[in-house]
Amino acid sequence: MREMRGVDFRTPTIGADSVEHRARLLDLWETAPGLKGLLGTTDHKVIGIRYIVTAFVFLACGGIEALIMRLQLAGPNHTLLTPQQYDQLFSTHGMTMIFLYASPILSGFSNYLWPLLLGSRDMAFPRLNAFSYWIYLASGIFLYVGFLSGNGPNDGWFNYVPYASRDYNPGLNEDFYSLGMVFLGISVTAGAANFIVTAFRTRAPGMSIDRIPILVWGTLTASAANLVVIPAVSLAFFLLWMDRQFGTHFYDSANNGQPLLWQHLFWIFGHPWVYAIVLPAMGMVSDGLPVFCRRPLVGYSLVALSTVATMILGFGVWVHHMFATGLPGLGLSFFSAASIVIVVPSAVAVFAWLATLWLGRPVITTAFLFFASMILLFVIGGVSGFMTASVPVDWQLTDTYFVVAHLHYVLIGINVFPVVGATYFWFPKMTGKFLDEKLGRWNFWTMFLGFNLAFLPMHITGLLGMPRRVYTYADGMGWDTLNMIISVGSFVFAVGVLLLFINVFKSLRSGAAAPANPWDAPTLEWSVPSPPPPYNFAVIPTVVSRHPLWDGRLSESGIVSAVDRGMLLDQGKETIATSPMDASPEMIMEMPEDTPAPFVLTVGISILFVGLLLKVWPLAIAGAVVSALSILVWLWPRRELREREAAHG
Amino acid sequence: MAEVVAPPAQAVAVSGDLPVGPVGRRGNGYWGVGTLVATEGALFAYLLFAYYYIGATAPAGWVSETHPPLELALPNTILLLLSSVVAWIGETGVLRRNRARALIGFGGAFLMGLGFAIVQGLEWHAKPFVLGDSSYASLYFVTTGFHMAHVLIGLAVLAALFGWTLLDYFSPRRQLAVSAGVIYWHFVDIVWLCVFTTYYVTPYLGFGT
Amino acid sequence: MTPLGYLEAAGERAQAVLPLTWLTLAISIAVCIIIGILLWLGVRRAASNGGAAETRAIPIDRGSSGVRWIGIGIAISAVPLLVTLVWTMVALADVSGPPAHPGLTLDITAHQWWWEVRYDAAEPDHTFATANEIHIPVGERVLVRLHGGDVIHSFWVPKLTGKTDTIPGQTNLSWMQASRAGRYSGQCTEYCGLQHAHMAFEVIAEPPAQFEQWRAHQLAPAPRPATPEQTRGMSLVEYRCGACHQVRGTQAGALAAPDLTHLMSRRTIASGTLPTGPGTLAEWIEAPQALKPGNLMPNQNLPQQQLTDVLAYLETLK
Repeated sequence: MREMRGVDFRTPTIGADSVEHRARLLDLWETAPGLKGLLGTTDHKVIGIRYIVTAFVFLACGGIEALIMRLQLAGPNHTLLTPQQYDQLFSTHGMTMIFLYASPILSGFSNYLWPLLLGSRDMAFPRLNAFSYWIYLASGIFLYVGFLSGNGPNDGWFNYVPYASRDYNPGLNEDFYSLGMVFLGISVTAGAANFIVTAFRTRAPGMSIDRIPILVWGTLTASAANLVVIPAVSLAFFLLWMDRQFGTHFYDSANNGQPLLWQHLFWIFGHPWVYAIVLPAMGMVSDGLPVFCRRPLVGYSLVALSTVATMILGFGVWVHHMFATGLPGLGLSFFSAASIVIVVPSAVAVFAWLATLWLGRPVITTAFLFFASMILLFVIGGVSGFMTASVPVDWQLTDTYFVVAHLHYVLIGINVFPVVGATYFWFPKMTGKFLDEKLGRWNFWTMFLGFNLAFLPMHITGLLGMPRRVYTYADGMGWDTLNMIISVGSFVFAVGVLLLFINVFKSLRSGAAAPANPWDAPTLEWSVPSPPPPYNFAVIPTVVSRHPLWDGRLSESGIVSAVDRGMLLDQGKETIATSPMDASPEMIMEMPEDTPAPFVLTVGISILFVGLLLKVWPLAIAGAVVSALSILVWLWPRRELREREAAHG
Repeated sequence: MAEVVAPPAQAVAVSGDLPVGPVGRRGNGYWGVGTLVATEGALFAYLLFAYYYIGATAPAGWVSETHPPLELALPNTILLLLSSVVAWIGETGVLRRNRARALIGFGGAFLMGLGFAIVQGLEWHAKPFVLGDSSYASLYFVTTGFHMAHVLIGLAVLAALFGWTLLDYFSPRRQLAVSAGVIYWHFVDIVWLCVFTTYYVTPYLGFGT
Repeated sequence: MTPLGYLEAAGERAQAVLPLTWLTLAISIAVCIIIGILLWLGVRRAASNGGAAETRAIPIDRGSSGVRWIGIGIAISAVPLLVTLVWTMVALADVSGPPAHPGLTLDITAHQWWWEVRYDAAEPDHTFATANEIHIPVGERVLVRLHGGDVIHSFWVPKLTGKTDTIPGQTNLSWMQASRAGRYSGQCTEYCGLQHAHMAFEVIAEPPAQFEQWRAHQLAPAPRPATPEQTRGMSLVEYRCGACHQVRGTQAGALAAPDLTHLMSRRTIASGTLPTGPGTLAEWIEAPQALKPGNLMPNQNLPQQQLTDVLAYLETLK
């Protein structure tokens, strides 16, 4: 078969699956053993699981930080923590949850699932995929070295100047945060580029754009947004670092700098970001809930379009984080109106889910409970957001615990709950084992009741005027009992999360075996074994609907999707590239072998950032050189990828 | 795409001859450099936003030079724009199997880009203000500095294209790296146009003065 | 009972927002209850309860399209959204805009972690500064000019006015009005560092005649010390405290810390952290870092005699 490698055009052979065929594919696709495979794998499933595990570790870290804070706040005038400690805790908690958990967990699930959902053998850029994970890990370590050495961020996760400037914050805290965020931004951008190109180029034949799962719509929309807003926050932090270390004057008003420049740059990024960390999770619900309602999703087109519409509107509301900064009334009115209007596309998904539930035949499983309960949590978070959208009302609500309640309902309700549901749903596919259903019910109820016990009363403490980000409070304000309840609830919620981890560990060891399609679900990932082989699909599927595996029962035309007969693509490590809109086959894609280049590049970039942090310029230069060489090696045109001809003299 | 219906009524996609790997500009790498341009373009958009926002909210007389000298900057801008044309000539050299043309194109664009960098360095040296003097100065040096960093990366790209052409890597069919690299160079030029207009032209039109 | 609660208003500006606040709260609670009921009833209809086997047992059914329910839901939701949108614009107009003819103008500069309050007047020698405790006449609209001292803070008196940030490099305008006499708690509401939690203040609305009395009293400089103790105390205050504080009528003239000229007339010290009194004052002077760690006043650790003298003098600053 090797002689076929030099051929420039080929008609892909159509055939059926067979044992020899699978053996050939396994030989072509499996990850190298040992260190070479560990550091060099480009298998999206391995990378996806690394993302998921790392993100859950950070979730646990952020959770512990929160529990310590809740001990301090359980009653008035506690002295468990000094203000310095508290300030680093609340800031690191926010940074950890929003940047090191909420987005990477969705990247992890998307990374694992996308090629399987799309009928492809890998993402469009497998080496970039590996790179985006290594950078995430490295930047997360970088940020936590800061925190664990007592130099964690201490100005909140949105880090306003002038308090973040050197005059008021001379230690390394803000330098760790600034450089760490620029560092992390590289990972998010790389991941975003990969998702966008994958979505448009590597789908199974027949999977036109109106047949892709909603999870793909969600992550695609989030990635398109991230691609153009991450530079805003990276720039904001870079300029802060310049002001701090090189005496520039971007933010200091004494030299015609503008403190509000920080807020604009940050929130131009920040608001689209919070949609980026919920839209993919909403997609998980849109794909998972219908399976347990035994019918397709109601209103697929509306849900897909509303995903995009929500993000587009999401670019136009950032000033609602700045309503109290003294901006002129006309601007305030516009952003207030936009913030109220954005409720509409968000609500489309809620009604679609409720309709699917009512017009289907629901089966209660643990995954179902997480997917269904998030609808209520979504609505609670959504209405508190609606309240803050009204400027004069926001002038009372903002910077109180009302906003803390709102943000936790939207983040835990629309990210964590769907993620846990997704874990119960896709764990069998990823591991070949079921999570324990009985333990799952305990997991669900503890999380659900604990969460509401902890965060529902925060609306009330907020309405009673309790400000955010205070390390303690006086008695006699009317907040004491409520804070005690909140603290108790937070511990109950933490036990719930712990039960998830226990279920995972227990089931990995002794969970019941799961077949390829345990839930009788419709999408392509359920047509391959559990866990899938490295090459995903032995033959490339052809799809004719949004629910390929249900075609036999739902198809009105009599034509069904094909999963056991299709293009074999076994002449090398290859998959099919298709046209963006209607997924006609366009190109046979040659995929790269495992390579340590992404890992070495990450090491180089890490050295660069450490050098910048410590202002040891030779170290920074060494890191830059290693990085440049790694990139050159990575991008060097290769014959087997058809990037060049054979070299002559 | 024809559909062949095989029992039991399965639709299996078949196709004619498909290219193996990227052909010409059709390949994932083209999309990839597109995403790179989008994200880096956004970065410069935010840098220019910072300029206009600070300038609009600062007191009068904020720009340090109400008439920024154009004797170096204008010819330099033209040099950079011409280098894009030369790089494009190099690309056509690859497309028409004209190795000499390709080498002259990439090498020439490299030298012109290098010239731009040197002249800009001289300009920086001659400015009456330094980085830490004011918000205007900070913005000027950081923005043109970011652009310079992208120029240097572009020079590395052109050098790589030159070297790879020397090794006969490219042909009309296999030349995605060339198209991607030249697009990146065009992007660097377009960004410069925007930066130049903002910093060198708008003061003459009265902004920030 | 809830000093910082804002579901009741004591002045025009806060009152103008209250009905809208209640409306949006009512809409929100109603929506949550309705969706909650729909969800609960929908789940209760469940065909079965279990795991994978139970799921597989129920056959797939395309079901009806159901799209119109989305449309119905959106159409119903649009009504409260529209009402809120319009009412928001009206309320915003009501509370906006600094008063054209304010009865009183205050220049407030927020510092880490106290509030500098300057009372403006037509005649320059009728202006004075105080800290953390603001008196206003009942019924008058008070213009508040907010200046950023160091980092961003936010000025908030829940029962009188919504939040406005103090930002270095710009002056933000706010206004408040109290319809009835009383004490209204205020709080900094933009995280500003270590002691953001202890940056409270009070607005005391008094009948106009009482307010004028208070203002005249505040204008007066500190009285001359009467006893040898007080004289020694004054010297100490001038020499040590004067590095940061001002006491009008003495040599202590620095502006970095609260004006102490009428310290004893204020109900609290340290920006609402402790009640004013000789015991708390002594504690504060000796070791402010123990009470408000990280604040900008260093521990004084005065020997006992000096402390007594200082207290004796400070007690005269009524």
